[in-house]
Amino acid sequence: MSDFRDFRWTPENAREAERIIARYPKGREASAIMPLLWLAQNQMRDETGIAWLPLPVIEYVAAQIGMPKIRALEVATFYTMYNLKPIGRFHVQVCGTTPCWLRGSDEVFRACFDRGLKKGETTPDGLFTLSEVECLGACANAPVMQVNDDNYEDLSYETTLAVLDALAAGRTPKPGSQIGRTASCPEGGPTTLKELA
Amino acid sequence: MPKVTVDGIEVEVPAGATVMQACEMAGKEIPRFCYHERLSIAGNCRMCLVEVSPGPPKPQASCALPAAEGQVITTTSEKVRKAREGVMEFLLINHPLDCPICDQGGECDLQDQAMAYGRGYSRFAENKRAVTEKYMGPLVKTVMTRCIHCTRCVRFAEEVAGVEEIGALFRGENMQITSYLEQAVTSEVSGNIIDLCPVGALTAKPTAFTARPWELTRTDTIDAMDAVGSNTVAHSRSGTVIRITPRVNDDVNEEWISDIARFGVDGLRERRLDRPWVRVDGRLREASWAAAFASIAARAEGVPGERVAALVGPMAALEEMVALRDLLTGLGASRIECRLDGSAVGEAPFADRSHWRFNTTLAGLEQADSILLVGSAIRHDAPLVMTRIRKAVRAGAELFVIGEERELGAPATFLGDDLSALAALPEAFLRAERPAALVESRNARAEVLAAVAALPLVREGWNGFNLLHTDASRVGALELGLVVPGGLSALAADPPELLFLLGVDEIDLAPFAGAFKVYLGSHGDRGAAAADVILPAAAWLEKPGTFVNMEGRVQRSLRAVFPPGDAREDWTILRALADRLGVRLPYDDLATLRRRIAHEWPQLGAEGLAPAPWVAPDVAGFGAPSGPTVRRSAGFYTATPILRASPTMAACVAEIVEGRKPQLLEAAA
Ligand code: SF4
Ligand code: FES
Ligand code: FES
Repeated sequence: MSDFRDFRWTPENAREAERIIARYPKGREASAIMPLLWLAQNQMRDETGIAWLPLPVIEYVAAQIGMPKIRALEVATFYTMYNLKPIGRFHVQVCGTTPCWLRGSDEVFRACFDRGLKKGETTPDGLFTLSEVECLGACANAPVMQVNDDNYEDLSYETTLAVLDALAAGRTPKPGSQIGRTASCPEGGPTTLKELA
Repeated sequence: MPKVTVDGIEVEVPAGATVMQACEMAGKEIPRFCYHERLSIAGNCRMCLVEVSPGPPKPQASCALPAAEGQVITTTSEKVRKAREGVMEFLLINHPLDCPICDQGGECDLQDQAMAYGRGYSRFAENKRAVTEKYMGPLVKTVMTRCIHCTRCVRFAEEVAGVEEIGALFRGENMQITSYLEQAVTSEVSGNIIDLCPVGALTAKPTAFTARPWELTRTDTIDAMDAVGSNTVAHSRSGTVIRITPRVNDDVNEEWISDIARFGVDGLRERRLDRPWVRVDGRLREASWAAAFASIAARAEGVPGERVAALVGPMAALEEMVALRDLLTGLGASRIECRLDGSAVGEAPFADRSHWRFNTTLAGLEQADSILLVGSAIRHDAPLVMTRIRKAVRAGAELFVIGEERELGAPATFLGDDLSALAALPEAFLRAERPAALVESRNARAEVLAAVAALPLVREGWNGFNLLHTDASRVGALELGLVVPGGLSALAADPPELLFLLGVDEIDLAPFAGAFKVYLGSHGDRGAAAADVILPAAAWLEKPGTFVNMEGRVQRSLRAVFPPGDAREDWTILRALADRLGVRLPYDDLATLRRRIAHEWPQLGAEGLAPAPWVAPDVAGFGAPSGPTVRRSAGFYTATPILRASPTMAACVAEIVEGRKPQLLEAAA
């Protein structure tokens, strides 16, 4: 797989791709481009350890749904979820939008910088790529960072370091709130509607 | 039909019209960048804001808003003006304002509209965005920092050119327009994006930094590179044609022209025949007009009329063809042939005007609901007919093709490369309400014509029998009856002693090796190389000429510049030569010659399209055609001597056809 020209779906992903395409009306197969690119990026991660989309892979997906190559590339370059360059094993996406910023995203970044991560770059050991992203949709648990498919929430400088160190050590830290609350329930247990009427 | 009020003026607009169209009907000019009446609506530049009530209190983009009954539209209010000024300010934030070094200067929509809506100062103190240039091929130069992301070029490539190769990558401030992987755009009509681009992001590479639009003299001309007869403007300065741009004619070329029509013109400056030449002892030598005429007269002495013949090349105008015909008639000769590609049209039973015309008309082709191509070289033969077909296909027509499989830029069903497919056409074509067949001239053998004429193509109010010509001269020549029974092969079987070649370069002249050949033309190419006497003539932009396009439409082209050196207008050469040969042609000026034409061929006397009612040919007795179609032998960019002389066209061959990038060219040099 040197230049990825021989990229093919795995049998399971081939079935999944068919299923995705079948969601759209006939003649509108091009609508499947986003989930298919996502599927391909994940397959790349499974096969090579790096979740990204080399050009031949984008062309492969475009050809499957009869979409001109330039149209597929437009989609792939528009959304930040598609990586057009190889990234580290862990894609650390730290939210810098206002709610997270007010709740301390600067501290989260500081922790990342202190572990050698740089925005838009991959660490020399190939483990981490750091991106600053806009709202990840979990503002109630700000500040938030997403690592591959998992969200880490309610972060502080220390907990961010802990998450990064655990990942570097090959462990999977528990996703979600790092201060122990369930989803966005109030910190320290319910504050209202405590009794059944 | 909704009625709306625009600035107090009440107008009734057709159903489905937009607010912008309503404003235009009321005589209001709406500034715009992304909207173009021949492209789909994008609504992304926001320059066309107007106030509309009822509706939200903010200004609306008029190009994308349907006009509705009772709307009150305001285009001149303070609010509208401020909104447009705001849009302009945003556009200029990232625009380099490098008009002094921009080729678009003087014909730039952004420049013009900034005069009306620009604030004259900037409040933007940050760094401006800069975008790298994108390689798009040898024709289109890009300065992408100037791009305002209107996406006209993207929409043109997809919708009109049928090549989805241009797109907008990345997003927001980082958005960039590019061709896929910066490859040369492989379209025959790509030059039109230069006209479409409202700013100087896409300009003409061959004429970069050569002229300002206001220094150029504009002359209305007709394109003679193919048989569409595109209406063009030749822009010239100091006796040189600098560039060619389209003129709007909805019946013919809409507002597009092909890349050879636009860019082949620099071939007019190269390899010109600018003085007569005479072959002496096997070698061509420069000569005077008198000496050239004398050698022809000496050779013509005593040659009987039936041993004299003439061939007519692809770019001849009506005037010289008539003069040539009159000269030959005077010499007692009748053999003049224009069909150099083996077409059988023009001879019984296909000798009626309706048999060699594009009967649906070019615009009418869009109404077809099923289209059959006999031969698949249409993208090269007539790129602007292909754009019409694309429109028809978008509107739901089906496209069937007999011929070699090629990318046509429109979905097509290939029926194989065997003409026997004509006998087994799909039901969808045979049962269509408005079917149209386009027979390539080179494939118009008698059996093919008979088979196509036997199809149900003609009915009340519809005639779908179309001949697709490639030569600008052809329909005019056929109307003049310049055919020899049996065509070129009959002529070759009984070769003349004296042969006139009117710009003939594309055929094998070996069968006429024994003939004394007089070549009349503009470029030192194959025909001139084989000639015994060369008479230097004007190229199409260097003479007033009448051209009859494939529909039969008569159009006049004016003279943009004078021919170089001793070259003269063709008909005047023939007129003078006739005198020397003892034949008197009864016209001394163009007006008299044109009167002579109008007298004998009234349909050719006036501009426009004279009707040609269908005359069903008697097709009994023809066998069913079979075998592969005849392929186009000429390349798109090298089809005529002018194109072969053009440095720009040579670059097209290298970079588009052979796919070499210019850096490599430099390295190889
Ligand atoms: S290059 Fe020109 S036509 Fe294309 S999007 Fe930019 S401004 Fe519009
Ligand atoms: S702002 Fe960070 S998740 Fe919404
Ligand atoms: S012209 Fe209406 S938005 Fe561009």
